[in-house]
Amino acid sequence: MTEKPQTIVEFQRVNFEIGGLKILDELNLQVNKGETLVLLGESGCGKTTTLKLINRLIEPTSGEVLVEGKAMTDWDAIKLRRRIGYVLQEAGLFPHFTIRENVALVPNLENHEKEKTRERVNELLELVGLNPDKFADRFPHELSGGQRQRVGVARALAANPDLLLLDEPFGALDAITRTNLQKEFAKLVTELGKTAVFVTHDLHEAFILGSRIALMDKGRFALVDTPENFRKSDLPLVHDYLQTIEFQK
Amino acid sequence: MSFFEFLQQNWSEIFALTREHLWLVFISTALAVLIGVPVGVLLTRRKSLQTPILGIANILQTVPSLALFGLLIPIPFIGGIGAKSAIIALTLYSFLPIIRNTVTGISGVDSKIKEAATAMGMTDWQILKMVELPLAAPVILTGIRVAVVIAVGVATIAAAIGAGGLGTYIFRGLRQNDNNLLLAGAIFSAILALIADFALGQIGKLYALQNVQNKAAHKRRKFILVGAAVLIIGFLGFSLISNLKSRTQNFSNQTIRVGSKDFTESVILAEILSQMLEKKGIQVERQFELGGNLAHDALLSNQIDVYPEYTGTAFTAILNHQPITDTEAVYNQTKAEYAQKFNLIISPPLGFSNDFAILVRGDVARKNNLQTISDAVPISKNWQAGFGQDFMSRPDGYEGFSKAYNFNFSKQPREMDLALTYRALQSGQVDIIAGNSTDGLISVLNLFQLDDDKKYFPPYQAVFIARKDKAEILRETFEQLANAISTDEMRRLNYAVDGENTAPRDAAKNWLMRFQ
Repeated sequence: MTEKPQTIVEFQRVNFEIGGLKILDELNLQVNKGETLVLLGESGCGKTTTLKLINRLIEPTSGEVLVEGKAMTDWDAIKLRRRIGYVLQEAGLFPHFTIRENVALVPNLENHEKEKTRERVNELLELVGLNPDKFADRFPHELSGGQRQRVGVARALAANPDLLLLDEPFGALDAITRTNLQKEFAKLVTELGKTAVFVTHDLHEAFILGSRIALMDKGRFALVDTPENFRKSDLPLVHDYLQTIEFQK
Repeated sequence: MSFFEFLQQNWSEIFALTREHLWLVFISTALAVLIGVPVGVLLTRRKSLQTPILGIANILQTVPSLALFGLLIPIPFIGGIGAKSAIIALTLYSFLPIIRNTVTGISGVDSKIKEAATAMGMTDWQILKMVELPLAAPVILTGIRVAVVIAVGVATIAAAIGAGGLGTYIFRGLRQNDNNLLLAGAIFSAILALIADFALGQIGKLYALQNVQNKAAHKRRKFILVGAAVLIIGFLGFSLISNLKSRTQNFSNQTIRVGSKDFTESVILAEILSQMLEKKGIQVERQFELGGNLAHDALLSNQIDVYPEYTGTAFTAILNHQPITDTEAVYNQTKAEYAQKFNLIISPPLGFSNDFAILVRGDVARKNNLQTISDAVPISKNWQAGFGQDFMSRPDGYEGFSKAYNFNFSKQPREMDLALTYRALQSGQVDIIAGNSTDGLISVLNLFQLDDDKKYFPPYQAVFIARKDKAEILRETFEQLANAISTDEMRRLNYAVDGENTAPRDAAKNWLMRFQ
């Protein structure tokens, strides 16, 4: 029994519609503790919607989303969100907050002790490769895109959540910065033992980061499996994706 | 008198009017912000309300200011004459830019940032306070800035309902044909608008993102602004205290609130009455220069106790009778009907009448040998007439007049402010106007009064009209003033104010010294 992995997030027959348009169709999914699940798919396939259901930015039309075994309706949305780290594309940092204030956001909302939060911010900035003495008192616009994304990751980690949600965090970065961040992030997640759900349209990224890949197509999961099995799959869609990588090489 | 001399002599009044003006603008803007920003926030949360509420604010803004002031007069609690109505009207005007910019500012905050804020577990209130309002602040401040500049301008009109402010000078200047008054009113309100615009621009810069992000500049600006704010608040605090002081006086039982219409003669008469009452130790609160028939409305709604009126005006414009020419009959009937209909009393006649005076330029009268109105009819076909709004609309005014004399102007008469018709006549832009027979400007501007040979105009004996509950306090003074002022004397008093720029207060004082 102890062998059975702990389920952090579970989707049970989840549907989501907007104005009669079906975005998600009967999704069933389990995200296990410590894994990085990559939601892979083209724009409009429903991967970001799936992600937003997890921290209740949106609510399913029908079906159940459970986090840590508790149904959404049993969670207080505010409390739930503060337990989940969230990183979005172009970081979504507050432009009128310094880097320190941005990273300290959730600890401050939770009224953590000021001095502890200060240490925590320094520690996190070190962790994501930014020198706190140099960066903490700057504003987001003074940083490069890659640096801002590092701050975004630091902010998500600030309250020490077990679960991280990432919505194409590296999508807008140049190739070199992106590759560096992908590698560092993969290392970070493994070291910290976090569970992560990671949205991307980039198969390469999915292979670097994912312990499992969930390929989405038109609101359904076409395939949910490890990268190794993904490569072996004979689904035409997977084939198409693999070709994009071959082509790049 | 040069403008500079005028400023030297009147700086304390200018200062007081500026303070009143600033006070009106400050209070109304503060109210508009306190109500408008939350309403704007609500509209970003309930989008379906945006169209109706912004629509209402839009309509409010298009109501002409004088009309809005007039509409507020009869409304209990919030209306009436004086600063209260003015503040309400100014607040209503300020809503649109403030609400609209709050909505625009908050809607303009990057959706990614809002999403991040929600996802971090911020409550709606925290998002509003920590993210949306700070980021929307420059846009909201621009709205406030627009509102303040509008309010400084509209507040000049507030003088028409006795709210004071620099508009008092502008209206007085128009009436008395006094460029110094006009200039002072216009220049100081323009300066106020410029200062307010600049100061709010600076505050806007303070909250602009690039300055929030530059700590040193932010601090420096904050320091300057806090200094400026302390100055303004001190200034306003001072005027608040002096306001309260004059308010507390009002609660004394022996206070008489004296009103006047918005022309020189009415102000002088009200001033004469006020000074006589004050000599008797009665407190007087002056609510002068009320436009149109506001003085009557104010009397009915218990905002003032007494004001000078003319029997003919009361008879035709207020009681809506057809004009008749028997002086005594008009007085007696007006007195009886006022007592019965409005529960108001009428003083004995003051001794002079201020009849309508049909005026032409002196040289035109001499050249054509004009004496009576009938003389002018044959040569008037191509004349441009210019009449005050009042004359155009009242039952004994233009319509009956032109019929009685068979005038047939080929051009539609220009309808303009009464005070401006004198200037227009003098400068040749119009050829015939209807002024007042006691007006000092008639001789100053070398105008000629045509005789009312058909006795068309009803008599306009000057009287005071008062609330019945003040009859006891006023009786003695009314009796002293019965038949006390001749037409010549009144014309001289008007000339002293309009022609020689004596303050009405001083003109009244001089007359009382001679009188007693």
